Amino acid sequence: MAFSESILSEQCLEQARGLVSSIENRDEDAAFAHLREISRINETKMFQEIGRLTRELHDTLVGFGIETEISDLAAHDIPDARERLTHVINVTDQAAHKTLTAVEEAIPVCRELEESASKIESQWKRFISRDLSADEFRELSREIGGHLEVSAEHYTKIKAYLNDILMAQDFQDITGQIIRRVIGLVQDVEDKLVGLIKISGSLDDEGNKLERKPAEKVLEGPQVPGKETATALKSQDEVDDLLSSLGF
Amino acid sequence: MKILIVDDFSTMRRIIKNLLRDLGFNNTSEADDGNTALPMLQAGDFDFLVTDWNMPGMEGIDLLKAVRADEKLANLPVLLVTAEAKKEQIVEAAQAGVNGYVVKPFNAATLKEKIEKIFERIEASQ
Repeated sequence: MAFSESILSEQCLEQARGLVSSIENRDEDAAFAHLREISRINETKMFQEIGRLTRELHDTLVGFGIETEISDLAAHDIPDARERLTHVINVTDQAAHKTLTAVEEAIPVCRELEESASKIESQWKRFISRDLSADEFRELSREIGGHLEVSAEHYTKIKAYLNDILMAQDFQDITGQIIRRVIGLVQDVEDKLVGLIKISGSLDDEGNKLERKPAEKVLEGPQVPGKETATALKSQDEVDDLLSSLGF
Repeated sequence: MKILIVDDFSTMRRIIKNLLRDLGFNNTSEADDGNTALPMLQAGDFDFLVTDWNMPGMEGIDLLKAVRADEKLANLPVLLVTAEAKKEQIVEAAQAGVNGYVVKPFNAATLKEKIEKIFERIEASQ
């Protein structure tokens, strides 16, 4: 080891002899001066050793291609994942609001139908038990007519709200695909960290080649606002135009 | 008309199933990727295939190619409903013989329009 070599060097021995004679001569200043010189020799050697280890680690990282991969992760993949996850929050937020709006708007429509039906029902019961006067019956007929007219309209509205709720669920597919990608990235980071640990733990011996990451998948998944691929089309209209240019 | 809906997300399958029901198509079946869809197509008398692209196992584009390569299924109309919006991919799908391409997220009107267009074309060519 470099450290023991330094303590066993001629230079060190000379300082040690000096230290012994200074102590024998009761010369405190000289004794400390010799001690400091011995420490300095050791420290110099130690820093040289740390420098050598750092260089070796750096060279090994470069050799394994890990250094560039890690800087790629830090510079590109992690911010990319952050933006993708932010997009997930936005998409789920929109879906939740779309659903809530549809429910909030559907509830009063249902309530109106419910009230009108129960009003008619109580009058209808009186009619069945022959409790209704002719005028009241005419009033009831009018109410039934009105109720039927409003119901058709209201049921169409409710169906539209239900359809909005149905369509709002498409966020699960979109966000699921985005989250899967981020999980892939987390896995990548984990693999690289494990690789780093393996390398730093086996600097001198095994030079096992680390597994390289599999070839990039071609599929992009959902486009994330602000992160669109250059060749990605922005809307169904653009897709239609492209297809019609291809003879569709 | 019997329709097969292929998507790895069950929520998306349900959405498409409901939209198709709204359009008057009640006879639908579901599969979660190409590997499960292909044997269903080969065994059943499906009239229409709606498939996602990006799925684990067999992807939609490979399912489309397998359908076109299968003598019995070669003329089955296929609609891709996918989040993949890259030009290269749309061109690839067109070359593989897709009948329609809908980009997610989509709405009921778009799906209806594409399906109607596909069947108009088929009728016109017959």
